Amino acid sequence: MVVLFGVVLFGMLLSLAVGAKSIPWGSVIDAFVGYDETITDHLIVRELRLPRTYLGVIVGASLGAAGALMQGVTRNPLADPGLLGVNAGAAFAVVLGIWLLDTTSVLGLVWFSFIGAAIASVVVYVLGTIGRGGATPVRLALAGAALAAFLFAGTRAVILLDQETLDQFRFWAVGSLAGRGDALAAQILPFVGVGLLLSFSGARQLNTIALGDDAARSLGTKVGLTRVMSVLAITLLCGGAVAVAGPIGFVGRGVPHTARAWFGPDQRWLIPASALAGSALLLFCDTIGRVIARPGEVQVGIMTAAIGGPAFIVLVRRTRMAQL
Amino acid sequence: MTELIARSGESELTSPNAATSSQPGWVDPDSNAPLPLRGAVIRRAGFSVRLDGRSALVCAVLAAFTIAVGLWSISVGDFPIPISDVVATILGNPTEDSEFIVGTLRLPRVLVAIGVGAAFGMSGASFQSLVRNPLGSPDIIGFNYGAALGAVLMIVVWDGSALQVSLGAVLGGLAAAVAVYFLAWKRGVQAYRLVLVCIGAGFAVDAVIDYLITRAEITDVQRAAVWLTGSLNGRSWDEVRTVGGALAVRGPVAIVMQRRLDRLELGDDTAAALGIHVGRAKLALVVVGVGLAALGVAAAGPVAFVAFVSAPIARRLTSSPSACIVPAAFVGALVTVVADLAARRLLAPTELPVGIMTAAIGAPYLLWLLTRQARTGAL
Repeated sequence: MVVLFGVVLFGMLLSLAVGAKSIPWGSVIDAFVGYDETITDHLIVRELRLPRTYLGVIVGASLGAAGALMQGVTRNPLADPGLLGVNAGAAFAVVLGIWLLDTTSVLGLVWFSFIGAAIASVVVYVLGTIGRGGATPVRLALAGAALAAFLFAGTRAVILLDQETLDQFRFWAVGSLAGRGDALAAQILPFVGVGLLLSFSGARQLNTIALGDDAARSLGTKVGLTRVMSVLAITLLCGGAVAVAGPIGFVGRGVPHTARAWFGPDQRWLIPASALAGSALLLFCDTIGRVIARPGEVQVGIMTAAIGGPAFIVLVRRTRMAQL
Repeated sequence: MTELIARSGESELTSPNAATSSQPGWVDPDSNAPLPLRGAVIRRAGFSVRLDGRSALVCAVLAAFTIAVGLWSISVGDFPIPISDVVATILGNPTEDSEFIVGTLRLPRVLVAIGVGAAFGMSGASFQSLVRNPLGSPDIIGFNYGAALGAVLMIVVWDGSALQVSLGAVLGGLAAAVAVYFLAWKRGVQAYRLVLVCIGAGFAVDAVIDYLITRAEITDVQRAAVWLTGSLNGRSWDEVRTVGGALAVRGPVAIVMQRRLDRLELGDDTAAALGIHVGRAKLALVVVGVGLAALGVAAAGPVAFVAFVSAPIARRLTSSPSACIVPAAFVGALVTVVADLAARRLLAPTELPVGIMTAAIGAPYLLWLLTRQARTGAL
């Protein structure tokens, strides 16, 4: 865990120093110790790269923690936080926002996607609780898949009817940290913070739920309450991440899955570890994406999937995957 | 959806097959007498076929519906043509207007829809039986990912014609299927590892597609988006000939494989005890299933949900415990023709791609599956 923390710090430094203009380490540190507005390097570090680095840490931590939580709640080591329909809901809301209201700025779309994500996950939860026995994991997943398919159809219909919407949507849909500004991190932090607190506090209960609902009840866990709180936490974390950065693949699914191989199935370790590892992965991928295709940038969502996918296959072949 | 397969592959609780697999032709251990088989059995030297009366009836009814909807679909449009003229044109007595509109524009489209639907239906049926899970589809071997990449590459990078795009999709899909199969091979192929490898491959492929999409001309992006949704717009007799020919070869192979599929549903060990070479049979089924999916994808793109909904619907209609390859083909054809009619007319004169409608139809089906199983407490 200490190592992971160090890796995140190193990733932050790297993210501050590396970019279209490479800045020496000394100047990066100077920018904090003796900030001078007249020096361009200091300005770049403080005004451009620092907000982006904060966002990377926040988004990565939310996705990692949300993924660990989702895999714990559904008792499925492969579950993706997007299973609650969060990404599909956000995408549909964003498309509607672009199409109907001609929203063009990244900041304008943030609240569309956050609200879309929240509504979608509430609908999925309600659909999943229909019938006897409340929201079992498989039911939640099926309801999520169904709603996602339905919203997907709506999203596709709009972007195929309107070329301008498609033109904007294609950039939102890959997931990026670029050009977000520093106000955004502060706006989204309360949601993500509450989500992280909820997820850490529910870790012990999730451990008992891993034994099965009946065993968890007999150990004194309120199963229904834990599920509701977890779903709420996932919605806050994942909705916040999608809102600021768009749908970023792999982090939510691959990171907790990999972390389980290192830290074991104990959620009290797994959730914070996944959050840290998610931050680190996102920072490194964002930094690599900035320099790999100079002078352009490759969006972080593409980098995480491009690096994570093959690494995941290697991991699957090498090890017996840890089960929940 | 793949993660659900991995999950219920372990528990098999969600599989309707698990509940029904003890029915076909089983010997009841208490009575020592074979249970009566449904339908008539035709035997010749070295060859026997069981004809199920109810399945045949269901297929006939489905075919009748498909023809009726097909005729309706041909008759409506920006230039309506009376059904009687449609029938007359197909039978070879065209009027002046109807010859071009029916013969050149609308009839081939409906025929391609039928062929594509049948191919996806059979493909889905064989994959769902193979992984013993109602959520199985050609996706689990990575075919659709590879096909999407092949098609997008053709459209965005090489600016290919429709034929080249189809070819690129099929080659990409086959390459991905082979790659995933071999990457998952480690002293035999386990369904669980297959799903995991496929998820990893899916991430990598999606990254490449996203990269291409964000850097392409917007017109190419639009073309790619239409293809990725699955569309039947502007299909001609060329596609009808290709689909018909390929279906005529691969369909019968799938139907012949059905008996092996029924045995495999009982579990690997039981199937082996019943004289099936499990590894070889599974590989053959994967090849046939992928072949059928490739045919559908080449003609119409990855039309969502047809492969997924056809087999369970067929199973319910025929109330048959076996894999239902043939009825699934008829269901798939009907679903696709209906969806295409809706896609053409819903926002007329704008034509939506058929894939949007199949997804819009498939999602409620999934919800229905959910509430039905919730009621019985199976989930």
